[in-house]
Amino acid sequence: MTFLLTCKDFLHELNDYLDGACDPELRGKLEKHINECPNCWVICDTSNKTIQVYRGMDPQPIPQEIHDRLMSAIQKKMAHKCGGQAT
Amino acid sequence: MEAAERSIPNDDVALVALARQGDSPAFSQLVTRYDRKIYRLARHITNSDEDAEDVLQETFLKAFEHLDGFQGNSKFYTWLVRIAVNESLMKLRKRKSGRTVSLDEPAENGDEPIVREIAVWDGSPEQQYSSEELRSILDKAIANLKPAFRTVFLLRDVEELSTEETAAALEISVPAVKSRLLRARLELRERLTRIFKKKGDDVFAYL
Repeated sequence: MTFLLTCKDFLHELNDYLDGACDPELRGKLEKHINECPNCWVICDTSNKTIQVYRGMDPQPIPQEIHDRLMSAIQKKMAHKCGGQAT
Repeated sequence: MEAAERSIPNDDVALVALARQGDSPAFSQLVTRYDRKIYRLARHITNSDEDAEDVLQETFLKAFEHLDGFQGNSKFYTWLVRIAVNESLMKLRKRKSGRTVSLDEPAENGDEPIVREIAVWDGSPEQQYSSEELRSILDKAIANLKPAFRTVFLLRDVEELSTEETAAALEISVPAVKSRLLRARLELRERLTRIFKKKGDDVFAYL
């Protein structure tokens, strides 16, 4: 009996497929399905692009005043710790 | 004694070891290395600049305070993320007093992932939009996800933690990470496709 992959099956395996985490046999079936089903091909392609577009965004520099306040809070904590040890 | 010129090591393990011995520049180096990422994560989870700044400070202050308790069996960054996620969720809970905001909240309620928009994108968004516009589009899309979904997406696909690291950081099971990630990815795909699709391109083109 041949196991036929439905679109619903494909959707459930989409994560592992996108992450390259499925075994070669399943991967082969999924690829066959995408090649035959234009809708699933589009879903797979746009899901992959969604992940890539987020991964491509570098974190913006923190505003200087926020960085300054952070460093000042840390320095205070450090001074407190070292002061406690010295006295 | 002559003040020896020394260079600050580059890897986290060595920096953490020095910081544990009370070496302030080493800890500052760790802060500078990760503050942007922690701030971004906190902003995305809390959806608030003010809360994100509090979370940023609390995360590094707690990390400094508990450095001795850091086991070293996870990466320093993963440990920081875990603190930042906890602090961010505390902010959300405080804001929505009376309504529990929990990572367990949405549950695996058996809902099938939603796929409505089936259309190819019009070229590459990076080329179609300025980086400022694109950032705003992506931020809005993430902000509309439920906290439990967006947190998993952020850890897995933005911070690039493994499934296991994400499960450990959020104290949820690996299957829960997987199902929430699928929902989050598909919901974001849905929202972005509405914006990025080719004009006039829709499901009927493929039937």
